[in-house]
Amino acid sequence: MFTFENITLEFTVEEKKVPILHDIDLQLEAGKMYALTGPNGSGKSSVARVAMGIYQPTEGRLFYKDEDITSLSITERARRGIGYAFQQPARFKGMQVKDMLEYAFQHSDGVNCQVLRQIGLCPDDYLERTLDTSLSGGEMKRIEIATLLARNPKVRIFDEPEAGIDLWSFEQLIDVIGDSHREDTTTVVISHQEKILNMVDEIILMEDGQIKLRGDRETVWPQIKESTLCSCRTACRLGEEIYADCPR
Amino acid sequence: MLTALDKKLLEEVADLHDQPPGAYNIRKDGEGIERRSLEGIEIKTKKDQPGIDVIVAAGKEGSVHIPVILTETDLSDLVYNTIDIGEGADIKLVAGCGIHNPGSGNAQHDGVHKIIVRRGARLSYSEKHFGEGDGGGRRVLNPKTILMIEEEAYAELELVQVRGVDETERITKVEVKAGGRLVMFERLLTDGEQTANSDIAVKLMGEESTARIISRSVAQGNSSQSFTPRLMAYGAGRGHVECDSIIMDQAKVRSVPEIWAGNAEAELVHEAAIGKIAGEQLVKLMSLGLTEEEAEEAIISGFLK
Repeated sequence: MFTFENITLEFTVEEKKVPILHDIDLQLEAGKMYALTGPNGSGKSSVARVAMGIYQPTEGRLFYKDEDITSLSITERARRGIGYAFQQPARFKGMQVKDMLEYAFQHSDGVNCQVLRQIGLCPDDYLERTLDTSLSGGEMKRIEIATLLARNPKVRIFDEPEAGIDLWSFEQLIDVIGDSHREDTTTVVISHQEKILNMVDEIILMEDGQIKLRGDRETVWPQIKESTLCSCRTACRLGEEIYADCPR
Repeated sequence: MLTALDKKLLEEVADLHDQPPGAYNIRKDGEGIERRSLEGIEIKTKKDQPGIDVIVAAGKEGSVHIPVILTETDLSDLVYNTIDIGEGADIKLVAGCGIHNPGSGNAQHDGVHKIIVRRGARLSYSEKHFGEGDGGGRRVLNPKTILMIEEEAYAELELVQVRGVDETERITKVEVKAGGRLVMFERLLTDGEQTANSDIAVKLMGEESTARIISRSVAQGNSSQSFTPRLMAYGAGRGHVECDSIIMDQAKVRSVPEIWAGNAEAELVHEAAIGKIAGEQLVKLMSLGLTEEEAEEAIISGFLK
């Protein structure tokens, strides 16, 4: 069980406090897949970054397997089995794909470079490629996901895995994310994609740094699509893919 | 007879665990101590100044190791080596210098290499510098490399300075004739109070001559570095200079790439960047379970690879 307890996050910008997350209460169970959705700026990636320890919450506590992990570093959380595939993968001059995969294996019982094949990259072509601007955004994104799969963490958060990936690869990616999910893992996918929202056990809708709705697809989906939400700025900013049939 | 220390230094600078497979000349504390010439690769002692001549016959393939090691303090070693690679030959040349300074005096090596890569030949040149010793004495290395790349010849230079060199003045001068190609990779790391200056001048003399110069450095502690790579096209050549530095702690880095063209068909590009380790890189590696220190080390090691 991964628990957010009254998590609030504020940033200070030019001496003014800017609220990012407000009073997030969330319990994520092992064996379940979750989709975290909502408009740009609603706080989805911030929730993931708080979970990974990249952002320290202003208030509230985080628990993983009954342990208070609020003050643990990114490294300590990673070693406890929490993993995060970044929305925009960092580029590294000189570092090769195989180096990154080796670092991913180092502190885990991860699998081998077959993860590259799983995400549609041939190891012979990619293991010695450098993680710099010679790789396209889509290739970087797939390698980012491969490093998370290589670690095989118990809590795995994919931040917009579809971003920058072509349609064919996206279909494959959905299968990989689905297939990698196990009874003892908690999978969170931050996404706007209907296909992802369709494959999860629960959808969590965020708006303005708060959880607006939460439930299984059957419960939440109709509510998301209802005109009450569509009429608000949140839903209209959610994008055409989910709301293609929205009357507005 | 090589001591354990000699072997350690040779391993650091020339990746030698045993006798080199090809021709070689090992210089220790100002004197040649071991040498082997081969058919088509002749190594001779210079008569007029300290150093050696290496003469590679046309079409010869093989390797030549000419490392230098210093193991004494208060020692200044100056050496002039001339390497002549015959037409169509294909040679791996491993130079480099390792210093173990056990005392409080200076240990200094000034190495001047003149290399001619004749028409159609290929050269892979590696020069690695390394210093150690806890006696407090300075380790100083001043390499000067003068390289001529003839028509349709190719040279690849890897100039590396790893930890432990207190002071270095590096001078590299290259002339590339028509159809000749140069790829040069300089990697440098300084720490503490160390200083490193690198002055590179590459002249593209003929049509279709090309040069690619990549300089990567990491400056830590209170160290300082200065890079002045100059790429000059006298003919219709193409070239690219890239200087990239990671700066940490209180270090100082100066990077002044310069391009000059005297031919309307020339195409030259330069770029330079100095910056700290990106936070997103650290966070990514830490999210894989590395500590912040391990992540820094991994980023630096990849950057200088």
